[in-house]
Amino acid sequence: MKWKEESQRKQYGRALVELGKERSDIVVLDADLSSSTRTADFAAAFPERFFNCGIAEQNMMDTAAGLAASGKTVFVSTFAVFGTGRCYDQIRQSIAYPNLNVKIVVSHAGITVGGDGASHQIVEDIALMRVLPNMTVIVPADAVETYKVVKHVAKMKGPVYVRIGRSDVPTISDQASEFELAKAPVVRDGKDVTLIGCGIMVSKCLEAADELTKHGIDARVVNLHTIKPIDEKTIVKAARETGGVVTAEEHSVMMGMGSAVAMVLVENFHVPMKRVGIPDVFGESGACDELMSKYGLTVDNIVEAAHDVLKRKK
Amino acid sequence: MEVYDGEFITELEAIAKRIRRHCIKMIYEAGSGHPGGSLSAADILAALYFHILRHDPKRPDWPDRDRFVMSKGHAAPALYAVLAEAGYFPLDELSSLRKLGSRLQGHPCMQKTPGVEMSTGSLGHGLAAGNGMALAAKLDRKLYRIYVLCGDGEMDVGETWEAAMLAAHYKLDNVTVYVDRNKLQLDGPTENIMSLEPLSDKWKAFGWHVIEINGHNMREIIHATNEARGVKGKPTVIIAHTIKGKGVSYMEGALHFHGKAPSKQEYEIAMKELGGDKP
Repeated sequence: MKWKEESQRKQYGRALVELGKERSDIVVLDADLSSSTRTADFAAAFPERFFNCGIAEQNMMDTAAGLAASGKTVFVSTFAVFGTGRCYDQIRQSIAYPNLNVKIVVSHAGITVGGDGASHQIVEDIALMRVLPNMTVIVPADAVETYKVVKHVAKMKGPVYVRIGRSDVPTISDQASEFELAKAPVVRDGKDVTLIGCGIMVSKCLEAADELTKHGIDARVVNLHTIKPIDEKTIVKAARETGGVVTAEEHSVMMGMGSAVAMVLVENFHVPMKRVGIPDVFGESGACDELMSKYGLTVDNIVEAAHDVLKRKK
Repeated sequence: MEVYDGEFITELEAIAKRIRRHCIKMIYEAGSGHPGGSLSAADILAALYFHILRHDPKRPDWPDRDRFVMSKGHAAPALYAVLAEAGYFPLDELSSLRKLGSRLQGHPCMQKTPGVEMSTGSLGHGLAAGNGMALAAKLDRKLYRIYVLCGDGEMDVGETWEAAMLAAHYKLDNVTVYVDRNKLQLDGPTENIMSLEPLSDKWKAFGWHVIEINGHNMREIIHATNEARGVKGKPTVIIAHTIKGKGVSYMEGALHFHGKAPSKQEYEIAMKELGGDKP
């Protein structure tokens, strides 16, 4: 591993505290997980603008809606599994439908939750959120990008879903570049095949690209941090110029990022494609790397998928 | 206790009757809707919009306005009727209820209808949303108050009680909830579907100030609301005992008028009973 590993949650906490200083309209809610999501940092700095809602996520989402309807910019945090499925109706009815200014920033998404097992490892949250009208869906690649995303979404109007993980992730993005919504950065250029990743899988795509070089294959890597609205232009351009696409996500292959990319390609430019992701199953307890390996989210899995795509290209 | 002269009360009662006429006409013309729960809430709505709320129909986004959240969103016809009566939009528009392109959706939509403070329809959300508004008021040191109307069927919903806990925990004395206790829900009497009693004790145990009234008596509605305004450090719930379908003889206590439009003949009878077919 050539990158430093850092916590996305820590950067979320840091960004929130800065936002709290900059703007008095920022309000934060959590559901008894503030020390894990790091909203506790905001709570310590601005206790009067932090509301712990207890283990009551449905109530938290509607409370957030009421605050937003009264002019507040509301950040709502818990674990991804509880901040989506457990309160889907509240997000749908009271946040997405009225297009209210609520930022749902959830941690502990995907199987890198590890030992807690399938009950806590949501692998279907991107699917749930991307079908909601008005909802923006962002999966930052690392801690640095998480910080930028949080600062950015605070300026946006309307609901946003931001998905971060529990584990420390390799920092592949630089401090200087600005986050642009729905504009997927090409983090490595290449002409033979395109690897599109989001979240922790962007670094794995970069590693896979290095590996592919050894086989004489020049892979392009795209960080598709915004799943919705999706950057059709960059995806189609990559497909056109490289002729094959592999997607990689720490999410079910059913209706996640890879499916979103597939839809773009089907309607715009047909190339061989392969989705790397969690198959249509629930996870289980285990160490992160063991789980990533068992559920097909390794560098080797991406390399293998690239070879498969290249074979079909010919 | 404040004393209200008879003329003032009679005026509010007349408005409530007009709201009921609008409801029947709207639902009849739409061919679908929820008359029972609209009629049971009409008196509370008339009192709210014509006496209790500090609001300005010409400025629906006035920051200091009191907020009203219709948690029982299926009573949308009654909400639209009182908003139109108050001047938020023309009375003529009421006949567009549930029609394609209308601002008056089957259930309230805050993006479309002036005066609607929160989109509702999925039950059990309104109190939590009202709490959010109340927290915002406290943060901004504003004096506006939040009124939420819940159906008694919504007492089945777990989130109602999550929100009840939150309001008490954060001492939201700027929140007043009316429970439209008409004792019927879609499938039958509330006590047969999911026992609610002792409802008043439940709210008390959750840390609320509880008042029980006849929800069709203007003086009681106003007095209870005034009492709520004076309660400090805790929210107030007004359990308003009502009759589903109130004001139309064959709809009163009639389960099947929870969510069914009247026929032509039923419409004519209802309008006659409510004092004429020209609202």
